[in-house]
Amino acid sequence: MDFLNRWSKKLGRKFEKGRTLYPFRALYDAIDTFLLTPATVTEGGSHIRDAVDMKRIMITVMIALFPPLLFGLWNIGYQHFLSQGIESTLFQCFWYGFLKWLPMVLVVYVVGLTIEIIFAQKRKHEVAEGFFVTGFIIPMIMPPELPLWILAIATAFSVLFAKEVFGGTGYNFLNPALVARAFVFFAYPSVISGDTVWIAEQADAVSGATALGLLMNGSVDSLPSIAEMCIGTIPGSIGETSKIAIALGACILLFTQVGSWRIMLSVIVGGLAMGSLFNVLGITPAMSIPAYEQLLMGGFLFGAVYMATDPVTATHTQSGKFIYGFLIGALAIVIRVLNKGYPEGMMLSILLMNIFAPLIDYAVIQQNIRRRKRRAARSLSTQNLKQ
Amino acid sequence: MKKYLGPLSKDNPILVQLLGICSALAVTAQLKPAVVMALSVTVVCAFSNFVISLIRNTIPPRIRIIVQLLIVSFLVIIVDQFLQAFVYDISKMLSVFVGLIITNCIIMGRLEAFALSHAPVPSFFDGIFNGLGYGLVLTVVAICRELLGSGTLWNYPIIPASFYEHGYMNNGLMILPPMALILVGVLIWMRNSKLKQVK
Repeated sequence: MDFLNRWSKKLGRKFEKGRTLYPFRALYDAIDTFLLTPATVTEGGSHIRDAVDMKRIMITVMIALFPPLLFGLWNIGYQHFLSQGIESTLFQCFWYGFLKWLPMVLVVYVVGLTIEIIFAQKRKHEVAEGFFVTGFIIPMIMPPELPLWILAIATAFSVLFAKEVFGGTGYNFLNPALVARAFVFFAYPSVISGDTVWIAEQADAVSGATALGLLMNGSVDSLPSIAEMCIGTIPGSIGETSKIAIALGACILLFTQVGSWRIMLSVIVGGLAMGSLFNVLGITPAMSIPAYEQLLMGGFLFGAVYMATDPVTATHTQSGKFIYGFLIGALAIVIRVLNKGYPEGMMLSILLMNIFAPLIDYAVIQQNIRRRKRRAARSLSTQNLKQ
Repeated sequence: MKKYLGPLSKDNPILVQLLGICSALAVTAQLKPAVVMALSVTVVCAFSNFVISLIRNTIPPRIRIIVQLLIVSFLVIIVDQFLQAFVYDISKMLSVFVGLIITNCIIMGRLEAFALSHAPVPSFFDGIFNGLGYGLVLTVVAICRELLGSGTLWNYPIIPASFYEHGYMNNGLMILPPMALILVGVLIWMRNSKLKQVK
């Protein structure tokens, strides 16, 4: 390792101010801090000594994303061979999915990191690790056959307008991965909705509708069974299909305390509450689907575990997290059931609540201030009485 | 002369004063209505400036806003009738936004800031250039939106059919108003960063 350190240091000198490679300083910084732990520490004063920094949090999220990713890669291949009617082995399925996924993830990283590095260079700060997770999630929430140029535009759009415009990692008020998906959803609706995009190279005769697609058409009877939806052998984007894999990822996030249990719990409660309310009403066939089945459909759980808990865009106050999560869950079901044009309510409800998160925080803080003022006034008046 | 050219770049009503944003978002999905809208605003702005400047010494200050509104709405009705008579299809497309020129902040702003304190002829040119500054932004935004959103310009197909055969698709978001807001934001961004370099 020592020679690596020395080599990196030697290389680093070429990027110092005034040297030829100075314009690419941010790129060197990014790679250097990602691969090696820099020896520079905060100077003077007090600083928190803790192993948890942004790099560690982001890597934990990446690890938590692996169960749904691995399953999703297999499922892409499985759905493909199933629709073609070809017998396939476990490895064949996985390899097929991997070859579909690899170009997507490469395009996302190249486009996203290029923009990040340009901005880091211009603004003279370092490239933050934030994009590693965003870039990892983006291919997981897109259809497997998405044209790569659309993926590139969507990534560029989300990094520019959801993140860099507001000041980069940590300043974005919208979840960049969801903005990329929303961009594709509104700009190129034909590649991300309908029943032909969710299975890679599917045969024409087979319907590849997702559970939400079926719900939208009103063909509630042909929904996949609960077991299928739990295991995830259904058409859909890479990350969302297997609820068991998502639960595994949620366990990792909760155990390491990287994801907020308050948000995850309240999203699920919100979804169940709204689903039950619709069950009671039961006017349209979409309303009468059991609330627990609603949770298993589409990206509800994936959103609850990986997107709603994004620490930057979620609320920061503890009780605010309950309100935030509950409204996400409830709104997702409302959009899904009532608006037939937007089957994926989870994306829209998380984006909407991202916008309201600062307002919720403000209300919670004001409420706290009022309560403490009252308490102070009360104790003051009792003191006066005693005197 | 330099004083009048301000609205085209340094003192643009949309990019700097952020006036008239609503109509800029609403009519720029295509180039044709955007240009017609820009011309209408220019005409109304110029002539209302001229008329108000003519009678500026006789308007009692306390009711000047009502007098201004009266004259602007009079001019807008003329423009509206003109559009309906000669370019009916575009008049249909612009629908309520021609009528809403009455409340366009650029016009009221110029009347208050310029026409009330200047002679008729300079006021007229001030109106023309402010209208053109508004039209410039509208045209740029409309070109981006129509080209990328529908693949046409002035309703003529620009993007060749072979692009579509190779998988190119029109960007549906460009047709929606949010993208107009983002494009105006990008223009403001570009302008601000350019001005900083000038300093």
